[in-house]
Amino acid sequence: MKPRALIFRTAGINCDKESVHAFEMAGADVDLFHINYLKEKEIISNYQILCIPGGFSYGDDLGAGKILSLEFSLWFKDQLHKFIDKGGLVIGICNGFQVMVKMGILPDVDFSQKVTLTENDSARFETRWVYLKVENTSSAWLKGLANIIALPIAHGEGKFYTDKENLVRIESNNRVAFRYVDRCGSPVGYPLNPNGSLGGIAGITDASGRILGLMPHPERFVFKHQHPFWMSEDHVPFGLQMFKNAVKYFE
Amino acid sequence: MIYRIDILPKTEVATAKIFSQVKDLGIAGDVFVSSRKVYLIEADIPESDINLIAKDLLIDPVVESYQLTKGIFSEPPDQNQILITYNPGVCDNIALSLSKAIKDLSLTVKAARTAKFYQFQGLTLEDIDYVAPKTLFNPLIEHILDYEKVKDLDTLDEFAGMDYEFKLITLDIINAPDDKLLEISESGCLSLSLDEMKIIQDYFKKLNRNPTDCELETVATLWSEHCAHKTFRGIINYQEKDSCGKIIKEEKIDNLLKATIMKATREINSSDCVSVFDDNSGVVKFDDKNNICFKVETHNHPSSLEPYGGASTGIGGVIRDILGTGCAARPFASIDVFCFSPWDIPYHDLPHGLLHPKRVIDGVVRGVRDYGNRMGIPTVAGSVLFDERFLGNPLVYCGTLGILPKEKSFKKVESGDLVILCGAKTGRDGVHGATFSSKELDEQTVALTSAVQIGNAIEEKKVTEAILRARDKNLFDAITDCGAGGISSAITELGGEHGVKVDLDKVPLKYRGLTYTEIWISESQERMVFFAKEKDMAELEAIFKEEDVELTVVGEVTGDHKLTLLYNENKVCELDMDFIFILPKLAKDAVWVKQEESLPEPEERGDCNQDLKDLLKSPNIACKDWILRQYDHEVGGGSVTKSIYGVESLSVANAAVVRPDLNSEKCVTIGLGINPFYSDIDPYWMAALAIDEAMRNVVSSGGKLNKTYILDNFSWGSPLDQKILGGLVRASYACYDFSTYLKVPFISGKDSLYNEYTVKDKRISIPGTLLISAVSIMESWRKTITPAFKKEGSLLYLIGVTKNELGASEYFRGKNITTGNVPKIEKDSALTIFNNLSQAIEKGLVLACHDLSEGGLAVTASEMAMSSGLGATIFLSEVPVKGAVGVVERLFSESPTRFLVEVDQSKKNDFQRALGDIPFGLVGCVSSVEQLIILDGEEKVIDTSINSLRDAWTARFKKFRFDQ
Repeated sequence: MKPRALIFRTAGINCDKESVHAFEMAGADVDLFHINYLKEKEIISNYQILCIPGGFSYGDDLGAGKILSLEFSLWFKDQLHKFIDKGGLVIGICNGFQVMVKMGILPDVDFSQKVTLTENDSARFETRWVYLKVENTSSAWLKGLANIIALPIAHGEGKFYTDKENLVRIESNNRVAFRYVDRCGSPVGYPLNPNGSLGGIAGITDASGRILGLMPHPERFVFKHQHPFWMSEDHVPFGLQMFKNAVKYFE
Repeated sequence: MIYRIDILPKTEVATAKIFSQVKDLGIAGDVFVSSRKVYLIEADIPESDINLIAKDLLIDPVVESYQLTKGIFSEPPDQNQILITYNPGVCDNIALSLSKAIKDLSLTVKAARTAKFYQFQGLTLEDIDYVAPKTLFNPLIEHILDYEKVKDLDTLDEFAGMDYEFKLITLDIINAPDDKLLEISESGCLSLSLDEMKIIQDYFKKLNRNPTDCELETVATLWSEHCAHKTFRGIINYQEKDSCGKIIKEEKIDNLLKATIMKATREINSSDCVSVFDDNSGVVKFDDKNNICFKVETHNHPSSLEPYGGASTGIGGVIRDILGTGCAARPFASIDVFCFSPWDIPYHDLPHGLLHPKRVIDGVVRGVRDYGNRMGIPTVAGSVLFDERFLGNPLVYCGTLGILPKEKSFKKVESGDLVILCGAKTGRDGVHGATFSSKELDEQTVALTSAVQIGNAIEEKKVTEAILRARDKNLFDAITDCGAGGISSAITELGGEHGVKVDLDKVPLKYRGLTYTEIWISESQERMVFFAKEKDMAELEAIFKEEDVELTVVGEVTGDHKLTLLYNENKVCELDMDFIFILPKLAKDAVWVKQEESLPEPEERGDCNQDLKDLLKSPNIACKDWILRQYDHEVGGGSVTKSIYGVESLSVANAAVVRPDLNSEKCVTIGLGINPFYSDIDPYWMAALAIDEAMRNVVSSGGKLNKTYILDNFSWGSPLDQKILGGLVRASYACYDFSTYLKVPFISGKDSLYNEYTVKDKRISIPGTLLISAVSIMESWRKTITPAFKKEGSLLYLIGVTKNELGASEYFRGKNITTGNVPKIEKDSALTIFNNLSQAIEKGLVLACHDLSEGGLAVTASEMAMSSGLGATIFLSEVPVKGAVGVVERLFSESPTRFLVEVDQSKKNDFQRALGDIPFGLVGCVSSVEQLIILDGEEKVIDTSINSLRDAWTARFKKFRFDQ
C-alpha cells in the first residue's frame, strides 16, 4: 500500500500544488487540505507523512510563518505529538520550516521556539540556486543523496539564527541537515549563502532525523528541466530523491 | 484604551538603505537612522492579554523583545523621532492579519493599526522634514502622527461619527443649457464631453425626469476612455502628408481597433483562437483538456503617484482579469515591463511634485515582487527601458497567463441568477465622487476620495482558491473581475444582455459613511463578481467559509434589460441597458507627416572593444538579474527556462518557457517586444519591430509562429494632439500589416492614452510605446533552446540580412547621434526565416540560438558567450548584408529578423539544407578560450575576454544588486 501524505494549506501557502505533485511522483497517496477543514477533524493519524509547504502564510505579516505556527500550536499540538511519537515523517519547506521552528517542533519537539529564520542579510527577497552539503545522512529524508546537491531557494526571511548554546547543541548532535557551500563543499558567503545563516545552516532535523525543515525547495527539482543548466549539464533531480526516500521509508 | 507595542530588535542596526537615500538627498555628515515596527491596539481587555498578544504574535523571541505603553504616545516624542502610519482608508494589511490572529487567540480587540517609528541622529529638524516624505513615506497614503492631535485619542476608529444618512441626489440636466451641462461633467469629474452630455440629456428628456448622481456616474464610467476605449472605437479622420505638406493619403477610420488589429485576427481566422477581444483576456487552445489565456494591462498613472501601491494593484488587477476569464482560469505566470526615467537625475533638478526615479524604480519592483510572490504566481519575464520622458509618467505593464479547462472557456448568464460579490470589503478607494463638488471636500474626504490603494495579495490568493474550487464543482456560470469602475462596470457588463437589479446596501463595507453612489463605483481591490443559482448557494458558502472569503448575494439577473439599483429599497438608478451600451461615436483628427529618408554612409569606426563594453553597460542592455531574483520566478515548478539564470555566473534566455500543467509535456514560451525609441523616427516601424522582436524571442527559444498569439498594449500621449494620434494610427496599421503577414493573430489588448505631464508649462509626452506580448504553445519542453554556447568547435551561423539601419539604435543613442534610418522588416524573407529556423530547431539541428536586438551582433555574441563559459571567433566578412554597410553596421546595427545560431559540425549540411534559400552566413565558431574575437578581414576589431564583457554587463546595476 502506498504511504499516505497529508499536505497542509491555508491563506498564502502557495507551493502546495507542486508539493502534491512531488509526493505523487515519488509514489505517495496524497491529500491536500485547508487547515480550516482539518481543525474540525482528528485525521492526522491517518497519515504517515506530513508536509507544510512554502508560501507566505497570512502574508507573513507578523513575521514569516508566525500566525500559522500559532494556529498549529493551538489546533494540532496533541495530534502532532501523537503523530511524531508514532514514527511519522514531517517536512517543512521554506515557509513550512519557518512555521516548524516558530511552533517549536524543531530542533526539538517541545513546542518552544529556540531558533529562528529571520530577515536575509541582503534585507530582501531572493530567488537563486544554491549548493548544499548534505550533513545528516542518517535522516530518513536524506539517505543516499549525493554529498553536494543543488536546489533553489526563494525567500526573504531565511537567515538561520540562534544563541550560542543552541547552536552548539544543534551542531554537535548531528541536527544539521544541509549547509550552504560552494561547488566544492567549502563554507561560503553571500550570495551562495544567500541569507547570512549561522554556520551556513539551510536545514535542520530533530533528534530522530524524521522531522526535517529546510529553506531550499526540493519540490522545485523533481524534473530535469527545472535546473538552470539542464540543457548543458546532466543533473539528478535531487528533490525527487528526498520525496522518494520518504515513501521508501514506509515500504 | 489604546495600547502601543514597540518591537525592539535585540541588536539595533542602522537602516543602510535609508542611509544611502539620505546621502542622495545631499545631506552631509554622519547620519544614523534606526526604525522599529509599532502596533497600536484599541481594546478593553486586561493588560495581561495585551502582553500575551505581544509575546505570542508580535515578536520573534529569538531576535526581538517589545515595550508596551498606553496611548499612541506615552510622552511627547523627541524632536528626532517620528511615527508614521497609513492615512484613513488605506488598506493596512498587517493590521488585518493581526486582527485575524488575535481572534485565533480567542481575544477581542476593537481595532488594530500598524505604524513605523524612526529615530534620526545627525539630522536637523529641517533635514528630517525634508528627508522623511522623500524617503520614508508617501503623503498620499501615509502621514506622521502629530503628538498634539492624537495624545488624548482613545479610539483608533478613524471614521467615528461618519454615519451616512440616505438622501437621493438628482441633477438638473434636462433643462440645463450647454455651459451648465459641461459644468456638471467637470465638477463631477465625469470626463464627459458636451456631445455626450447632450445624448444623456436627450435620454432623460424622453423619460421626462432628471438623472440621479448614480445614473450619471454609471454612464460616465461605462463610457469612459478606460472602459470604452473611445479613441480606438471612435471615428478618426486621418491624413498622411509628405514632407512638403502635400496630402498623400486620407482616410476616415470608423473604429481603429476593428479596422486594424481585430481585422487582422478575423482575416487570419485561426481555429486555435477560442475567445478573442471578448472576455477579460484572450483564450487559445493548449491541449485536449485545457486552454490558455493571456492578458496584459498598464498601471501607469497610479504607479507615478505611489509606485509600490500602483504596481502591486497593477499586477493584482491583471491577475483578476485571468480569474475573470471564461468561468475562471488559474493564473500560472506573470510578466512585467517597465519604462523609467534614468535614475541619476539630481534631486534638486527634479520638477516639483514628481517622485525621484530611484524611488519609482524601487517602489514598482517591490510592488510587483510582493504581490506576485505572495500570490505564488511566478513573474517569469520582463523588460526595463529607460528614457528621460518617462520621468513624470513611468510605464508599468503587468501581464498574467492562465490555464482553464476547455469547457470553462465561456460564460453563461440566465435570468434568475443571483449576483454575488466576493472578496475584500468595499471602501472609498478610487472613488472620484460625482456627488462632491471639489469645493465641498473637506480635508478628510480629500484624503479618502483620492486614496491610492495598496493591494492585499493574500486576500486575492484566498479569493483565487475559493473561486477555483467553486468552478471545479460547477457552482457558477459567469464571473468577472472588479477593475475600473468597480462593481458598476463588472455587474453591468456581465448582466448587460439580460438586466440586473442590485441592492447596494447589501455590499459589505470597510467602514461607515459610504453613499450609495460611492458603493457602486468604488474601485476597492480584490473583489470578484459572479452569477450563480440559488440551489448552489449552500455549497458555495461552505467553500468560501473554509477559504475564509466573504461572499454576499447583492442582487439578481432580471431579464428586463434594465439596470436597477436600490439602496434600502429606494430606487437610485434605473437605466436601459441599451442606452448604456450604445456608445456615442466621437470624431478626432489625426495627421502624420512623412519624413524623407536619406541613404547614410557607413559610420566611421572607433574603438569597437570600448563601444561594445559601453553598450553592455547601457541601462537598457545591462544585466537586470537584481530585479528577476527578487521575483519568485520558479514557484509552481513549471520553469523550463528562466529569463536570467545561473548559480555562480549569470546567463540569459531568449524568452521564459513555462509548463502550466506538470502533468503535460507541453509548455508555453513568452516573448516580449518593445522599443519606444524607434517611435521617434516612425511609429509604424516601432510597432512592426516590436512584433518582430516578440517573434524572435519565441522562435529562438523553440516556438513556432503558427502556434503563436500576440497582445497589443499601447501607451500613448494625448489623442487630442493630431500628430500624436497620427502616430497611433500608423502603429495600428503596422499591427495589421505584420500580424497578417506573419499570420500571428492578436488575441487581446489594451490602450492607455493621455500619458503626459507638464513641467514648467511645458507638456511632455511619452514616446508612443507599444508592448507586444507573445505566447506560443510548444509541444514539449524538451524542444526548448537557450542562447548559451554548448560546445567547443561548433559552428556559428548568422541568419538574416544586416543593413545600414542604426537610427534610434542603442549604438547611436549612446553616442547622441539622432540621424539614421529606422530598421525595416524585409517582407520577402522574414516569414521564411522564422519558419525555416523553427524547422531546423524542430529537427534537432540547433545547439543554441539567440536573436539580434539592441546592440546588434556584438551584444548577441557577448550574451551567448557570457551565458556559457565558452568563447567565439566571428568573421564580419561572412555577415549577409545589403547596401552600404561597414564594420560598425555589421557589429551594432539592429536590423530585424536576425539570429545567431550554434550548430554542431556534424549537422552542418542538414542545417544548411533546412535553412533553404533564406539569407545566412557561416560566420564563425565556438572556442574553448573565454575570449570574444571578431575580425574584419584579418584585423581583430573586437578582442576581449568574456570576463571583461561580464564585468561591463553587470557594472551598471551593481548598486541595485548589493546595496539595496
